[in-house]
Amino acid sequence: MLKIRNLHASVEGKKILKGINLEVNAGEVHAIMGPNGSGKSTLASVIAGKEEFEVTQGSIEFEGEDIDEASPEERAHKGVFLSFQYPVEIPGVSVTNFMKTAINESRKAKGLEDMPAKEMLKLIREKSEMLDIDRKFLSRSLNEGFSGGEKKRNEIFQMAMLEPKLSILDETDSGLDIDALRIVANGVNKLRSDDKATILITHYQRLLEYIIPDFVHVIHDGKIVKSGGKELALELEDKGYDWLKQEAAV
Amino acid sequence: MAYTEEELKKELETKEYEYGFYTDIESDTFPPGLNEEVVIAISKKKEEPEWMTLWRLEAFKYWKEMEEPEWANVHYEKPDFQAISYYSAPNSKPKYDSLDDVDPELLDTFKRLGISVDEQKKLSGVAVDIVMDSVSVATSFKKTLAEKGIIFCSISEAIREHPELVKKYMGSVVPKRDNFYAALNSAVFSDGSFCYIPKGVRCPMELSTYFRINQAGTGQFERTLVIAEEGSYVSYLEGCTAPSRDENQLHAAVVELVAMDDAEIKYSTVQNWFPGNKEGKGGVFNFVTKRGLCEKNAKISWTQVETGSAVTWKYPSCILKGDNSIGEFYSIAVTNNFQQADTGTKMVHLGKNTRSTIISKGISAGKSQNSYRGLVQVHSRADNARNFSQCDSLLMGNECGAHTFPYIEAKNPTAMIEHEATTSKIGEDQIFYCNQRGINTEKAIALIVNGFSKEVLNKLPMEFAVEAQKLLEISLEGSVG
Repeated sequence: MLKIRNLHASVEGKKILKGINLEVNAGEVHAIMGPNGSGKSTLASVIAGKEEFEVTQGSIEFEGEDIDEASPEERAHKGVFLSFQYPVEIPGVSVTNFMKTAINESRKAKGLEDMPAKEMLKLIREKSEMLDIDRKFLSRSLNEGFSGGEKKRNEIFQMAMLEPKLSILDETDSGLDIDALRIVANGVNKLRSDDKATILITHYQRLLEYIIPDFVHVIHDGKIVKSGGKELALELEDKGYDWLKQEAAV
Repeated sequence: MAYTEEELKKELETKEYEYGFYTDIESDTFPPGLNEEVVIAISKKKEEPEWMTLWRLEAFKYWKEMEEPEWANVHYEKPDFQAISYYSAPNSKPKYDSLDDVDPELLDTFKRLGISVDEQKKLSGVAVDIVMDSVSVATSFKKTLAEKGIIFCSISEAIREHPELVKKYMGSVVPKRDNFYAALNSAVFSDGSFCYIPKGVRCPMELSTYFRINQAGTGQFERTLVIAEEGSYVSYLEGCTAPSRDENQLHAAVVELVAMDDAEIKYSTVQNWFPGNKEGKGGVFNFVTKRGLCEKNAKISWTQVETGSAVTWKYPSCILKGDNSIGEFYSIAVTNNFQQADTGTKMVHLGKNTRSTIISKGISAGKSQNSYRGLVQVHSRADNARNFSQCDSLLMGNECGAHTFPYIEAKNPTAMIEHEATTSKIGEDQIFYCNQRGINTEKAIALIVNGFSKEVLNKLPMEFAVEAQKLLEISLEGSVG
């Protein structure tokens, strides 16, 4: 589904990604771990197409198509979803209205008519029930005055609504207490399927107790320095990142 | 059977219509220049009684002694008042034979606003085939109103048919010598609307759809007078979301509202005059005086969506004379490119327990300047007066400006006045967030702006709220590169 080859990216002339190679297939869950400032979040932003990052070398292929030149919204229409580490507030725009706009814009890009109101309401009802979201929550302004947990849950709700092929969860666990973490993880697990893929970006192993990855990659200084199965996460928990840094330096 | 607004709308959708209350005057235009003879000639042309002519002349006398105000935060080349023609017949000949001759960009905007083909023709000055039924729409509308004793006609007609009301109220809220532009309007006003709601009557429909039909032909110096008798209610909408490419550069309107005891007037405006091109050339100067007077327990609400004009100078105000009266002002002012707006309100608390609310949303883009100017005045006998003001500004890009000039004068120690102000900028992070959800930048801006303006949009009558939303979208197109 996603093929990243020798990806180099920089922001304001500063090199952040220095040759990332990653292949993600349908049905798989990949965890990307690494210390602060290693380039994890940058990788997520670059896949989503954030313009302030310049891709200097390498390529990103999604579903057999080169998406280097595609705008963020085009990538979203193709089925790339990013759950933000810090979801932004949009005052006066309700969660429902925002979702309605997002879904209809994607449909428009595919040459479809707006989703009929009835169908939209049904979809909202289904997904909010599945994720145990209070309906009142949906009429509030997007992320305005939301607690950390509510913001992340709202991201997962949007993911459920948009049904992306590839979901990238950027530090979804940060700032969550254990109950909120469990709710969010449950949501992600419910949405797992054979034709979808997930990339979890996380600093801690904690999230991986709830969402079991098929693969774990460790990023250090803009490169993937180690890949393995889910045991790798435990090893990291045990030993910290330092041994990998040393290994990488050799 | 009662004639509801819904039915009227349906009828308008399916039928062609003509201007309801304009009498046909042969197309002609006065040569430029203003003097007593011109004022007399205007009055004569409109077949006005002598008292009206004298009224105009008195206003002209005041105007000659007045100077154009300079305190507003707007900069423009002052109009040469002797270079303007002060009369042209409202029903001038069609400019085009078919829609194919009209600027395609303008037509595209019409289409996106959801304006019917017939209305498009009317608004862009294309000849329209005369349909026999046209008069009947207006007639049945008028009939419903007449059954309730409501008078809704042009100000010219009111001067002829209801002189006692016009004499009593015209100039009672905005005196002839109130300000430079009001004096000018009083001397040379072309036409406008008159509305009278009798005691205890609730006007059964928004006086809006009908007015919108008229809008295409209104002149440069509009005069509006709305009188709501004791315990009556009326909701009134002026303006049009469709862009008005008016040839007249200077617009100076006067609107007077009179709300008697326990009466309520809701006055909504959508203004989309030509703002000038992207380089700031051309565009309408809009210098408007709007004021309402509230008697005991009365309420006046002004709601405005201002997206057009090169220069806007406008302060819809409320004189809260009666005890327990309420004044409200809800405003969205959008400026883009080189537009300048200095707009706000005045809430003058004279009576006891009077309350006022001000919600102002300014959106600036391009190289535009957007100012809120508001006065809250509490007089000495206005015990327990309360005001709440909220002024929010939204900036797009680095070259525009947002300014807030609140004036507060309280002469009564029991007054409670609150003022809140915020300034924010549409952030790249907000845009990227929307983009990532599949929403393109243009649409994202519209979404953010609509969210920002929601409190005010909600105050508009439903069908206009939808149009106004689209209008905000179109006005800000291309403002973030």
